[in-house]
Amino acid sequence: MNQISIGIDIGSTATKAILLINGTVAEHEIIPSGWDPKQAGKEVFDSVLKKGQLEAEQVQIVVATGYGRITLPFADQRVTEVTCHGRGAHHMAQGTQLVVDIGGQDSKVIALDGCGRVTDFIMNDKCAAGTGRFLQVMAGVLDLSLDELGKLALESSPATISSMCTVFAESEVIGLLAQGASKGAIAAGVIDSIAKRIPTLVSRMPTTQSITFTGGLANNPAICHRLEQSLKLPLCVPELPQHAGAIGAALIGNDKLTKNK
Amino acid sequence: MQSTAYHQLETLRENNVLALKEAKEAGQHVVGMYCLYSPAELIVAAEASPVMLCGTSQKPIPTAEQHLPRNLCPLIKSSYGFASTDTCPFFYFSDFIVAETTCDGKKKMYELMEELKPVHLLQLPQIQDKESALNYWLSELEHLKEKLEQTFEVTITDEKLHDAIELLNDERRSLKELQDTCRHKPAPISGMEMLTVLHNRGFALDKRATIQLVDQLTTELNERAEQGISPLAANAPRILLTGVPVGIGSDKVVRIIEESGGHVVCFESCGAYKKVEPVRQSDNPLRDIAECYLNIPCSCMSPNTHRYELVTKLADEFSVDGIIDLTWLACHTYNIESFSLRKHIQSAANIPFLQIETDYSESDSEQLKLRLEAFMELLANR
Repeated sequence: MNQISIGIDIGSTATKAILLINGTVAEHEIIPSGWDPKQAGKEVFDSVLKKGQLEAEQVQIVVATGYGRITLPFADQRVTEVTCHGRGAHHMAQGTQLVVDIGGQDSKVIALDGCGRVTDFIMNDKCAAGTGRFLQVMAGVLDLSLDELGKLALESSPATISSMCTVFAESEVIGLLAQGASKGAIAAGVIDSIAKRIPTLVSRMPTTQSITFTGGLANNPAICHRLEQSLKLPLCVPELPQHAGAIGAALIGNDKLTKNK
Repeated sequence: MQSTAYHQLETLRENNVLALKEAKEAGQHVVGMYCLYSPAELIVAAEASPVMLCGTSQKPIPTAEQHLPRNLCPLIKSSYGFASTDTCPFFYFSDFIVAETTCDGKKKMYELMEELKPVHLLQLPQIQDKESALNYWLSELEHLKEKLEQTFEVTITDEKLHDAIELLNDERRSLKELQDTCRHKPAPISGMEMLTVLHNRGFALDKRATIQLVDQLTTELNERAEQGISPLAANAPRILLTGVPVGIGSDKVVRIIEESGGHVVCFESCGAYKKVEPVRQSDNPLRDIAECYLNIPCSCMSPNTHRYELVTKLADEFSVDGIIDLTWLACHTYNIESFSLRKHIQSAANIPFLQIETDYSESDSEQLKLRLEAFMELLANR
């Protein structure tokens, strides 16, 4: 019989699901979390089932992660996104020892033992500085989509944005616009301010030779480019970087099924 | 917990408000204290009652912020807020306050508190291993002694000091034995319950009765430990909590640790294991007291290597699985020291370490939950 595990990662911005059949990713889904995390979790669950042509009864285990993990009523197990991202990143980049994850409302750096087990981690302060939310707010001020902002940033040299706080940075950007700074320079400055924040977190973790980059911001080539420069280390961006948490959750479920066999 | 002794200790704070009022009306002198550096022996030797003052609740902080900056440690804001809103009965009944220059925030706050109540400020040196520092601290204690003698019209003799040392050493002994029950695996009392006892006992007027009560609880806990009884899961990761002072009302992190499946078995904090070393007795009791207090491993000292040694030792003796270093927002000394403590722990012991920086408010509970749950998962997967 096939071993079927589903991982659901309900993040602040996006909800992701992974359907794992016998330890291999079969289907994936991502939708905006919206205001109802429970509903978003149900929706991605139904969606991967449909894609995989399966019935809910055939699923042997559901593991939930992300800030919405508590609210998902049909989860068999709830695991934090720190553990799940570690496990997921290990699967996507075998043996990785350091993971940088930048999500919608927080950024984290996770140290792994080379076998997917977390040995240490550090997270940003409680504000949204240097996260996806920060990028969204700034894109809003510049009236750009995230992709446009990334593209523009790659073509320009950055203006300096020094505020740590999203709200203050927004005023700073408005100030820069008033001084006549170009959209491109500000876009590059926004990306830069995120990329520059991560090395301070990384420096508190054990040193490594390479870093795996996951989370929604890893989809943005401009961020990857600047982050690699500021970290001065090769950056590995796996396929489906935003799904690392959901993959980790599904794998943790799959491990449990294997163990209980 | 099903225990008469625990129940009495749990309600001791409220019951003592009434006892305090009655004692005060009968002419008893009361001296309020905020910090472990206040030498209670002198107050007892002056036949006054030393009581701890309120400073562990978020409630009066908005009012305190009318006078104090917002980006100040919550302990300082809460202490001042309780005083300025007159909502701490122990402050109200105090004849005066013994305070000390532990950190910049506190010493400047005490200048404002002076308007509300007489404050005797002890100038605390910030180095431990220098003879000159000890002499300076001793002269500060001499000033306090004079102040107590003048205010309460008593003479503090060496004999009275000796008796006070005996009493408070016995208190330290009883508190150490209580906390040492958690060396058992599993520990017979939860961290929240332990904190309740450690916090409440500071508000007790009758020290002897409280020592007896704590001893009674210790006996019960040791019996439970023998039988392997624990209020939390037997395999819960054992946590040592170090850092800033915690109490009931500022117990958020302890609560979340235990809700996340951990068990706080040791508190390396002010009301707890920082307070167990007895005063060594010689023929100069005031100097003995000064020595004991100057040795407190607080982050206001520089360097503060005793703390690194104490944390490492306790981690071993209490067989802990993880160390959590709690820092109140804007407490620069503990915040900076966390870096060195982590480094020390990593080289001296292979124990996972997590620093948490927060305040008294509930605004970051969800974020804290994530960090603490992830830390418990990390410990469980080791």
